[in-house]
Amino acid sequence: MLIGKKKDKSVDIPSASLSDIVFLLLIFFLVTTSIDTEKGLDLVLPPPNEDIVEIPKKNITNLLINAQGQVLLDNEIVEIGDIARIIKDKIFENELLIVSVKTDKDTKYETYVNVLDQLKKADAKKISLAEPDEE
Amino acid sequence: MKFKKKSKLNVAIPTTSMPDIIFMLLIFFMVATVFKQFSGLKVQLPEAQRIQKVPVSKRLIITVWVDLNNKVVCDGFNLKDIKNLRNVVYQKLVKEPQSQIALKIDKNSNMGFVNKVHQELRKANALKVHYFAKPGAGGRG
Repeated sequence: MLIGKKKDKSVDIPSASLSDIVFLLLIFFLVTTSIDTEKGLDLVLPPPNEDIVEIPKKNITNLLINAQGQVLLDNEIVEIGDIARIIKDKIFENELLIVSVKTDKDTKYETYVNVLDQLKKADAKKISLAEPDEE
Repeated sequence: MKFKKKSKLNVAIPTTSMPDIIFMLLIFFMVATVFKQFSGLKVQLPEAQRIQKVPVSKRLIITVWVDLNNKVVCDGFNLKDIKNLRNVVYQKLVKEPQSQIALKIDKNSNMGFVNKVHQELRKANALKVHYFAKPGAGGRG
């Protein structure tokens, strides 16, 4: 009986196509990767336990946005594009200024983001969100 | 005057290290890839200028989509009722307390609903939110 002799043949894995396989994998991952370039405006919401903090009136600027997208800043109608400049002046005068943004329930989200963008431009750090009145 | 002779040197790019380079690239892309199970809702993002990158890793972002019909999706969970958002976000925050919220809200939604989302997020103690927007001339100047 012949027991299988150990073969002297060298059993090499062919490595010539290795780079091709790696290339394919690379292309697969390249295609599936979505490098997110999406960015956003950050905001910190008030904590849920509602401690009512008294703030002196002179430190608050009211900013109201109605359903038509008009902005009322301290009882004056202003253009959205002018908000940054006005708020910047106000913050320059009073560093403790808090901007209170109040929206109507039918205000478009787009308008709200535009206003928020303006506030960011004015470097307003203290932004408070007032809840829209329920009907 | 003598002009320089064209050198007959063989200028071949060394290709022996090419597989190594490709390997490196492959590993980079493998590490950078995050497979998202759910691609979310189709929303039209608003435009803004002062937008910033979210300062945490992609794995720590909880994305909340809100579309025109006030449908809410939170990282693959299709929420039937806005009231469920609180629980879903809370559960995620328990697992990853560093998480932040990315809000992808359609630009034509109205604030009444956005505010409900705010209230839910506040109740879940998810206070760091990011309103995602496209770079553009939002706010007219």
